[in-house]
Amino acid sequence: MPDPEVAEATRPTESDAATHPGRDAPQERAGTDPLIRARGLTKRFGEFAAVDGVDFDVQPGEAFGFLGPNGAGKTSTMRMIGCTSPITDGELSVLGLDPRRHGPQIRARLGVVPQADTLDNELTVRENLIIYGRYFGLPREECARRADELLEFVQLADRGKDLVEPLSGGMKRRLTIARSLINEPDLMLLDEPTTGLDPQARHLLWDRLYRLKQRGVTLVLTTHYMDEAEQLCDRLVVMDKAKIVAEGSPRQLIERYSTREVAEFRFAPGIQETLDGQFDGLAQRIEKLPDRILLYADDGEDVVIAARERGLHPETVLVRRSSLEDVFLRLTGRSLVE
Amino acid sequence: MASLTGAQDRRTTTPVSPLAPAWSTMTRVIEHRAIQYRRTFRASLFSSFGIPVLFLTAMGLGLGGYVDQNPDPALAGLTYLQFLAPGLLAATVMQSGSFEAAFPILGGLQWNKIFHAMFATPIRALDVTLGNIVWIALRMTLISVVFAIVIVAFGASRSPLIVLAIPAAVLTGLSFATPIMAFTATQRTPDKFASLFRFGITPLFLFSGTFYPIESLPEVIRPIAWLSPLWHGVDLCRALMLGTIDRDPLLAVIHVGVLVAITILGAAAANRTIEARLVKG
Repeated sequence: MPDPEVAEATRPTESDAATHPGRDAPQERAGTDPLIRARGLTKRFGEFAAVDGVDFDVQPGEAFGFLGPNGAGKTSTMRMIGCTSPITDGELSVLGLDPRRHGPQIRARLGVVPQADTLDNELTVRENLIIYGRYFGLPREECARRADELLEFVQLADRGKDLVEPLSGGMKRRLTIARSLINEPDLMLLDEPTTGLDPQARHLLWDRLYRLKQRGVTLVLTTHYMDEAEQLCDRLVVMDKAKIVAEGSPRQLIERYSTREVAEFRFAPGIQETLDGQFDGLAQRIEKLPDRILLYADDGEDVVIAARERGLHPETVLVRRSSLEDVFLRLTGRSLVE
Repeated sequence: MASLTGAQDRRTTTPVSPLAPAWSTMTRVIEHRAIQYRRTFRASLFSSFGIPVLFLTAMGLGLGGYVDQNPDPALAGLTYLQFLAPGLLAATVMQSGSFEAAFPILGGLQWNKIFHAMFATPIRALDVTLGNIVWIALRMTLISVVFAIVIVAFGASRSPLIVLAIPAAVLTGLSFATPIMAFTATQRTPDKFASLFRFGITPLFLFSGTFYPIESLPEVIRPIAWLSPLWHGVDLCRALMLGTIDRDPLLAVIHVGVLVAITILGAAAANRTIEARLVKG
C-alpha cells in the first residue's frame, strides 16, 4: 500500500493542470502553416477508443515525438497521419490535405518507417529500394540512382547485392529508413524506429536520423524510450491511455513536471517496507518503486547527506539528472517500459 | 546526396497532385510480383512442362491404352487421351490459380507484409487486389500455353480452337483464384488452407468431369458437377479442343457466364477483404 502522502505527490497539482498545454489547443506559431494539424483526433475500434480526442501541431523542419507506453495510441495516431487508417472523429490535415479525400496524394509525399519491417526478404537489398521507388512512379534509372545514394547514406553500400533475409535487425532498420527516403519525402513517419535493436545499432540509426533533421527533414516518431525522445525530439507529447497528457520540449517537460536532480536509494530486500515516513521532508517529491525509492530535489547530494544524518543507510545511492522517465512516472504513476 | 537528403524547401502545402491512372499504379504491383518470380522462373517453367508430360503419359497413354480397348459410346469414338487432355488443362490451371491465391497472398499480407509496404505509398488497396489478380492470370496463361504445346505434341487436340482453350482455362483458374483470395485476406495463418485444398479443391478435381464424363457418375451426385466451376471450365475446354463447340453454343455461353460471374464476385469480395486487412494493419 503506498503512503497516501507519497501517492498524492505523484499526481499533478491543480496549478499544473491550469498551465497544461496538452489540454488546451497547442499554441499556433505565426507565419507558418503546420505540416500536420490534429484537433479532437479520435480512432475507435468498436467501443474501444485507441486515440481519444487529441490535439497537436507539427511544424515544418521539426522533430516531433509521441512518447508513451505500449498501447497508449501512438501507432494508431501514426497510421492515421500515414493515411492507412481512416480517422473516426475529429479533424486531421496532413501537408495541408485531408487524408479522407487525398490519401494516395499525401502518401506520395511521406516517408514511412513502420514498426515491423515490411521488406521483401526474397529480393536483394538494392532491389527492395528500386521496387519501392517504382511504387511512387519514379523511372527505373532514377530509382537505381537514388538507391545507390541511399545505400551509401545508411552505410549498406557493400550489401546491395545481398538478399535481405540474412541482414541483422539494425541493418534491416537502416534499409527501411533508406527505403522511406526514396521519394524525397516532405515528412518522415517513424514508428518505434529502434525498438529491439542493440545499443550500437541504435546509436548508428540515431546518427542518421539526426543528420536528416539537420538537413531540415521533418521527423515524426513514436518511441517508448526516453533517451530516444531526448536525443531526437525538439518537441514531444506524452501519451497515455489514448490521450495526450503533456506537451513540450524534453527540457520544458522536465522543468515542469520534475526537479533538476533525482537521488535513487536502493535498500537490501525487505528493508524498504520498514522505512515508511522516514523520508518525509527530505525531498520535494518522493516516489516509491518496488525496488528503489526516488527522491526528487534540485540538489541530489543534499538529499543524500540529509538522509545519512537521519540514519538511513541505503545499499546503493545514485544521483542523476531528471529524465523524461521521471516526467512519465509523475504524470501516470507508472514506468514507461514495463 | 544533395538532392535526396540535403536541405528541403520547407513547403507545407502544395496543390494536390493528380492521381496516377489506376492501370499505372496497378502495374507496379505486377512489377513487384514479376521481380520475385524471376528467381524461380526456371524451376517453374520446368514443372510447367513436366506436369502435363507426366499426366498425359501416365493417364492419357497408360490408362488410356487400357480404356481404349473397350471404347465407350459416351466418348463418341475419341481416344481417352483426347478426352482427358482438356480436362487436365482446366484442372491443372485451377490448382495453380488456387495455390497462387492462397500462399503468396497470405505472405504479402502476413509474412513479409509487402502489401502493407505498398499501401504506405500512393498504391491503393484496389491496386493490390487487381495487380495480384492480373499477375495470377499471367502466371496461369504461361502454364496454359505450355500445357497446350504439350497437348499438341501428344497429338491430343482435334481442333485449332485449342487456342481459345487457353483463355478458357485461365478463366477457370480465375474463378477459383478470386474467391480464394478473398478468403485468404481474412486469414492470419495458413492452417485452413489444408482443409480448403483437401475438402474443396481435390474433390472438385476428381468429380468435375476431368477424368470421365459426369454422365458416368451416379445420378444422385451428378448435380454436384453442375455446381462446380471446374466442370464448366472442363466442359468448355473440351468442346473447344474436340471441335464440338458448335453442337451446343448456348451451353458454351452458360459456361463462360458462370465463370465470369464467379470471377467478378470473387474479385469484388477480395477487394473488400484485402482493403479491410490493409486498413487494419
